[in-house]
Amino acid sequence: MRVEFDEPKCVAAGQCAMVAPDIFDQRDDDGVAIVLDATPGPEHFDEVREAAAVCPAAAIRLVEA
Amino acid sequence: MTEIEYPTTREPSCPFAPSAAVREMTRDNPVGKVRIWDGSTPWFITRHADQRALLNDPRLSIDEKRAGYPHMTRARAASAPHHPQLITNTDPPEHTRLRRTVNAPFMVKRVEAQRPRIQEVLDDLIDDMLDGPNPTDLVQAIGLPVPTLVITEILGAPYQDHELFQHTSHVLISHESTPEEAAKAGQAIGAYLSELLDRKIAEPGDDVVSEMGARVVAGEMTRPEAITMANAILIAGHETSASMISLGTLALLRNPDQLALLRENSDDPKFVANAVEELLRYLTIVHSGIRRIANADIELHDTVIRAGDGIIFDLAAANWDDAEFPEADRLDLRRPARQHHAFGYGVHQCLGQSLARVELQVAYGTLYRRIPTLALAVPFEEVPFAMEGVAYGLKSLPVTW
Repeated sequence: MRVEFDEPKCVAAGQCAMVAPDIFDQRDDDGVAIVLDATPGPEHFDEVREAAAVCPAAAIRLVEA
Repeated sequence: MTEIEYPTTREPSCPFAPSAAVREMTRDNPVGKVRIWDGSTPWFITRHADQRALLNDPRLSIDEKRAGYPHMTRARAASAPHHPQLITNTDPPEHTRLRRTVNAPFMVKRVEAQRPRIQEVLDDLIDDMLDGPNPTDLVQAIGLPVPTLVITEILGAPYQDHELFQHTSHVLISHESTPEEAAKAGQAIGAYLSELLDRKIAEPGDDVVSEMGARVVAGEMTRPEAITMANAILIAGHETSASMISLGTLALLRNPDQLALLRENSDDPKFVANAVEELLRYLTIVHSGIRRIANADIELHDTVIRAGDGIIFDLAAANWDDAEFPEADRLDLRRPARQHHAFGYGVHQCLGQSLARVELQVAYGTLYRRIPTLALAVPFEEVPFAMEGVAYGLKSLPVTW
């Protein structure tokens, strides 16, 4: 799985960081998402899929192998 | 076809459910129309899947200054032309820029850092409640003071001003207020916040108004933007959380098996977090629809929404859409509920949602564990609901223990 993040779309709601804290964080000054691990291991797949699904701006796309 | 008048009134026998007329439209008429206060008939979208698709569609705009925008109330229509550019009335990319300037205090890690303080606030209020008269009103004892204390601390406003906040926010969001009353309330709070902003620029603290003050000084934000934003935070973060705490408690008292389940799992943060999502879904307190206007023709289920048409999205209807949440009328704290639209959906989704989640997790995780015998002090039918606002809630919740 590869995580693609469309930064200009991000509204910094932080839902990704809440659902998958090992894979996403938020930039300190404005809360814009940061991808900590763009190729997460299978143990994170469920939470990463949930993070992509709950992103209100649809800024997270997953390329599943 | 005659359009239903919107917002509709919930059936008193079933006060947590969207009205039967709205649920019927979700089933049979997914691209219908409703009639609103000014006689206009905007489109009405109620299905979860349709809301998800449209609320992220750039062909929709939130520009409330455009003719044909389906305003919530007469007062909102009157004040819309005078609002500065805000996160609540701009589209991307301007919206994205503005949202990023006000977002920092609501970041997940910043609100997580508030959790111990929120816990302390709640524990103190519960101590006071248990020491006080029994029965008591949970709205006054817990529901209102929790968000009032939290939001005034976050803004950096002194707590002794909380009555002004409560009164003004109620007048501003009520459907019963005249444009004159709303304007007067808006001016009073605007003047207060303007003075607070000056104080925080002179003597900054660790709070949101100080942070915005620094942005004003740096030229990244105008004064009116800062004051309007502080006002929006105050109002949005106030009655909504208060309603969720009181209504959530009432919903749990009505569903004793679910209350028992929550009480038994109060020490499991994952269980409590999911219970909060389910209560957000089930209650969906913002019940008068979120509003947009079409920028272009949009086809949906063989119907064409024309450019310039107004559109209303009923969030409660989507959260009670059986296609997305099977047996949606059942409160089920174990169901996956994270995809609910209680905070809206799309780029305008609630700015304060992470803070609301922490407040509710602390409240629901603590209240029933510390007061295991909590019960209604009056019959359910006598609990007075407040249905007239943008969000619904309770006027009071008499409880005993």
